[in-house]
Amino acid sequence: MTDTTNTGPIRPHGAPPAELAVLTPDSWTEPFWVAAAQHRLVVPQCRRCATFRMPPSPFCYVCQAQDIDWTEQTGDGRVYSYTIIHHAVVPLMRDALPYVVAVVELPDAGGVRIVSNLVDMEPAEVEVGMPVRLVWDDVAEGVAVPRFTSAR
Amino acid sequence: MSLRDRAAVVGVGASQYYKRGQSLPQTSLELVGKAILAALDDAGLSVGDVDGFGLYSFGLDTALVAQTLGIPEVRFSGMLTGGGGGAAGSVGLAAAAIASGMADVVVSYMTLQQAGLRRFGASFAGSEGGGGQYSAPPSPEGDFVRPAGLLGPGQMFSIVARRHMHQYGTRREHFAEVAISSRNNAIPRESALMRSPLTLDDYFDARMISDPLCLYDYCLECDGAVAVVTTSGERARDLRQPPVHVLATAHGGNGRWGQAITWMNMDDEYFASSGHRPVAKRLYEMAEVGPADVDVAELYDHFTPMVLMQLEDYGFCPIGESGAFVEAGNIRFPSGSLPVNTHGGNLSEAYIIGMTHVKEAVEQLRGTAVNQVRDAEIALVTGGPASIPVSSLLLRK
Repeated sequence: MTDTTNTGPIRPHGAPPAELAVLTPDSWTEPFWVAAAQHRLVVPQCRRCATFRMPPSPFCYVCQAQDIDWTEQTGDGRVYSYTIIHHAVVPLMRDALPYVVAVVELPDAGGVRIVSNLVDMEPAEVEVGMPVRLVWDDVAEGVAVPRFTSAR
Repeated sequence: MSLRDRAAVVGVGASQYYKRGQSLPQTSLELVGKAILAALDDAGLSVGDVDGFGLYSFGLDTALVAQTLGIPEVRFSGMLTGGGGGAAGSVGLAAAAIASGMADVVVSYMTLQQAGLRRFGASFAGSEGGGGQYSAPPSPEGDFVRPAGLLGPGQMFSIVARRHMHQYGTRREHFAEVAISSRNNAIPRESALMRSPLTLDDYFDARMISDPLCLYDYCLECDGAVAVVTTSGERARDLRQPPVHVLATAHGGNGRWGQAITWMNMDDEYFASSGHRPVAKRLYEMAEVGPADVDVAELYDHFTPMVLMQLEDYGFCPIGESGAFVEAGNIRFPSGSLPVNTHGGNLSEAYIIGMTHVKEAVEQLRGTAVNQVRDAEIALVTGGPASIPVSSLLLRK
């Protein structure tokens, strides 16, 4: 492994600043982030009725059961909707502009949606419904955030 | 027994409205005190008559207000949870307190002071980032939003708006019509902060903030306070103003609408909506009237597309057809079939998290509005499309 103390990992183009990815997980969300750090996208699925849910939470919204399986996903998704952000709400975001926030649905996980970004592509190319694939963003030591890019 | 016609709004009052930060050196407490005293004076009541508070999130603590104004005894103090969705419903909460006998004269208010690093629009950016006291605290749920740089309500509603455009063919011209018609209504009003005409060219020349929303799709960032006084229908008869009756009120929403714009997993069937659909249904049922009976609508307008989606959810046009509805001039005052936001709304008068809408509806039904809708008898007021509960009121003359 190369020395990352000075340079850090190479981040995808168009990803928001690493400072935003300071996580405060609880016992239900922590497995998601532990898997993410290993570049595995996992989604909880109800062991009783097979409903997927995101973000991870203590109860199935269909049958209220608590037991889950952490299902590993390919990360192949579709853009459900998106926005291209041109104005920094806070100064931290100025250098990141413009960036694309997308709600990505995962057809293989019952259509659950993840709030993420579209990276390594031109914002003008984004369309609702376009196929996207997973890109891991190593934002800090031990922290990786799932982003997406065009699968066309 | 329903709440229908059990209570009446008898007083409304407001501080001056200011652009963000310009209310200093007044304090937030001072602003709300001025609004409450003005509303009581409007009603012909005094501080000694007040015995309850019906609020919604982000208002100032009622204990502080009660001790400062010298309210003799507080018998009810309730607050709708959520966010700006409770604006209209706070008056409904007051009506519920009155109808149940828990209180007699209930004040609802909102006060907002966005000085320095206290910006409501940065409420999801963390307290260091600019939301200050209005910041949502870090949470496990927030971990699934904040790393994506989704930090402000406008950005979040842009995603809902984009979905509406995709599903129904809604265009930016339709958003512009909401902005322009609201601006036209603000122009003659001394209380309004934005009084210069807005053209379609101005709209399309404006900078994009969070595509598809540009500068004029966003509401203002303001300081100020508004207060509303509600009492029983019986007591209202003897007060200074003609009573404006609470014909119906409702709040809530689908459980799976939930936190909505920070969650984005609402059911597909109503993702591109205002979240108001089930609330609208209950509102009309309680009122025993329908959308065709509404003479004027004061719809919470933090972002222009959400006005369109409320027009659909309250049944003024079919789902997905709000673009064509506004394009045909229906929401214009005075010519349209349903004048909307006759005060200029959050977009062009002032943003006090929706309480100005209640004040305007009351003035419309008293017949004293600046932009008076002729023969207005029933007014709809809504709270912000937001996380649940969202809320609404039908008021009648």
